Amino acid sequence: MKVMAQIAMVMNLDKCIGCHTCSVTCKQTWTNRPGVEYVWFNNVETRPGQGYPRRYEDQERWKGGWELTARGRLRPKAGGRMRKLLSIFANPRMPSIQDYYEPWTYDYENLITAPLSDDVPVAPPRSLISNEPATIRWSANWDDNLGGDPSPDPVLEKVSGEVRTAFEEAYMFYLPRICEHCINPSCVASCPSGALYKRAEDGIVLVDQDRCRGWRMCVTGCPYKKVYFNHKTGKAEKCTFCYPRVEVGLPTVCSETCVGRLRYLGVLLYDADRVAEAASVPDERDLYEAQLGLFVDPESPEAAAAGLPAEWLEAARRSPVYHLITKYRVALPLHPEYRTLPMVWYVPPLSPVVDALSTTGHDGENAGNLFAAIETLRIPIDYLAELFTAGDPAPVTAALRRLAAMRSYMRAVNLGQEPVLPDAGLSEEELKAMYRLLALAKYDERYVIPTAYGNVPGVVEEAGCPLDYDAGRGSQAPFGETSGRPVPVSIENFHGLKERQTSDEVTHDRVNLLNWDGRGTPAGLFPPRKGKS
Amino acid sequence: MTWGESLLWTVTPYVTLVIFVGALVWRYKYDKFGWTTRSSQLYESTLLRVASPLFHYALLFVIVGHVTGLLIPIGWTNAIGVSNHAYHVNALLWGGLAGLATLVALALLIWRRRTNGPVFMATTVNDKVMYAVLAAAIVSGVVTTAAGYAPTEVSYRTTVAPWFRGVFVLQPDVMAMGQASGLYKVHTLIGMVLFVLFPFSRLVHALSAPLGYLFRPYIVYRSRSDSAPRRPARVRVRQNRPL
Repeated sequence: MKVMAQIAMVMNLDKCIGCHTCSVTCKQTWTNRPGVEYVWFNNVETRPGQGYPRRYEDQERWKGGWELTARGRLRPKAGGRMRKLLSIFANPRMPSIQDYYEPWTYDYENLITAPLSDDVPVAPPRSLISNEPATIRWSANWDDNLGGDPSPDPVLEKVSGEVRTAFEEAYMFYLPRICEHCINPSCVASCPSGALYKRAEDGIVLVDQDRCRGWRMCVTGCPYKKVYFNHKTGKAEKCTFCYPRVEVGLPTVCSETCVGRLRYLGVLLYDADRVAEAASVPDERDLYEAQLGLFVDPESPEAAAAGLPAEWLEAARRSPVYHLITKYRVALPLHPEYRTLPMVWYVPPLSPVVDALSTTGHDGENAGNLFAAIETLRIPIDYLAELFTAGDPAPVTAALRRLAAMRSYMRAVNLGQEPVLPDAGLSEEELKAMYRLLALAKYDERYVIPTAYGNVPGVVEEAGCPLDYDAGRGSQAPFGETSGRPVPVSIENFHGLKERQTSDEVTHDRVNLLNWDGRGTPAGLFPPRKGKS
Repeated sequence: MTWGESLLWTVTPYVTLVIFVGALVWRYKYDKFGWTTRSSQLYESTLLRVASPLFHYALLFVIVGHVTGLLIPIGWTNAIGVSNHAYHVNALLWGGLAGLATLVALALLIWRRRTNGPVFMATTVNDKVMYAVLAAAIVSGVVTTAAGYAPTEVSYRTTVAPWFRGVFVLQPDVMAMGQASGLYKVHTLIGMVLFVLFPFSRLVHALSAPLGYLFRPYIVYRSRSDSAPRRPARVRVRQNRPL
């Protein structure tokens, strides 16, 4: 047994209101640069819906993830090593920019240069790809709140026709998505250059920008389509799990800014020796249990003997993620059938069931009613099962029953009634602890993040960030734009901001007007005088 | 042969070699981040999926042809019983086919690059120069191959090849090279220009052919310390400020 640690995330979908704050703050932090205009490391999808990029879950088309060979061994669905190399001159399964969406800006100049006329001038949209006037046809959240046609949803296609109609009419929920930082990442397996790697310490999957040669196989390899191609630098980029923040114990930007406080971060220990075995179980529906079987109890002697730093072991014991996944079993993996063993898990939403009950005039908070509804309302269960358990309704039902039990039990407590413990496989103490974690947990309970190996305790400033280059529009280095040694610029963080606002000296050369408090003249605000540079 | 030409065939190959190797080393140290294919597949895929594999595979054949033609002395092929005539018929047939395929594919790729708005926008001056030289090299190569069909033509195997091999043992056979026809000389010169451009252009991606992929495990693990920032992290320790 080889115990390894991973920083994982759980999102409680019941709390997601689809506000896109996580997407926007992530975009501001990581992908507000030329070349990645169309890229959202974090996006929020309305379900049912096509998602972003369009219909990414249709693996018959995109060939993401793994498949089992006839001999029961794992192989990337898009083909093994030889096939990848033979098709390296043009990736046959790469989504085009139209599958994501063509990013655009607005031609604001027209507002002031338009000739005098009876009509108010407008700022017409312009494509950021071709610079031509653009017709906006699609974007990352086009079918927000079922604004688009959800029928091409590949998950919906898997459930039966009658269920489909009923679901489209009655249910909707939001699914925030980031990179899954899989235990068995197929993007890493697809990279011919070996530029993508899984960090041994914390399991974060990253792209080495100096080793990436732009073969684009990772874009195909990832079934969640969460590796993107920067069309200016010619390199792959992906969600970094905000590693410069996580390394110093801060939560990711999407977690930090989530207004619903629905994200949980913590350490999970797993047995690295059995990863291939777990990912290659013959039946897709066994993958959820197989992945659960990989996780190592942080209280066990194996974990203690693994040689992990004490801080990490302690964090693993307190990990909210571990509790939600293995103890309460309310969190489920997204699309385990891709065999990548994803590490961002989801608490399925109970609210569609509660809403359906309430509209019929029944008490939507009553455990008996809720249990009956979960059993009979097969519609959301089937859909959720296609998302989270490769179609097996049992784990989804069990998770929803626990959530329903907690709901009715705590209502009785709050109303001063005698609470009855519903039969959902949880004791009263567990129910209360789960309630605390899901409803009340404060910052330090939701985010239990040990600092990176070798960091001095109390270090709060992040390291320079090698991904966030300021490519600088129009500047051309000798070998085309973006060549040459990149200049890392630190991403913003709360401590850095505070530091800047409270200290007298200006520490950054890069001017961020959003955070400039108006004191003094920061370096770089004005261009250097000629001949002085 | 004039002094000037003699000097040309003595000096230029070494200038080319020094620039080629030196600049590659320098760029690899200085510009790993810029070392990429700079693919435009995200913008346009339909045409690329036909033209790009055709170009690259045909180019591989062309490279094999050049290696055989330049490095293998006539004596060797004679020794294994391949007559000079048979050799040339084969070279003309396969070399001509590969050359034509490369040319057609390159024409398609350049047409795509020129007519597709986003792809053209992503084309730098550097790219344009490289494309011009690459096209010139391929066109002159195909013409030279075709001209080799005439029986009066002096074979490159007795002119360019001995000179080329001599370059690497520091004894370039200038006299042999002088015997070559003008077409061969022009093609050789364009070839050298291409090699000079190589380290400075996106052509460097050819050296990144990821053959190691065939022999590595699928999942790559790396330790944080292996990928530590190149420059020391700005580390500040939180201090309690006096009120």
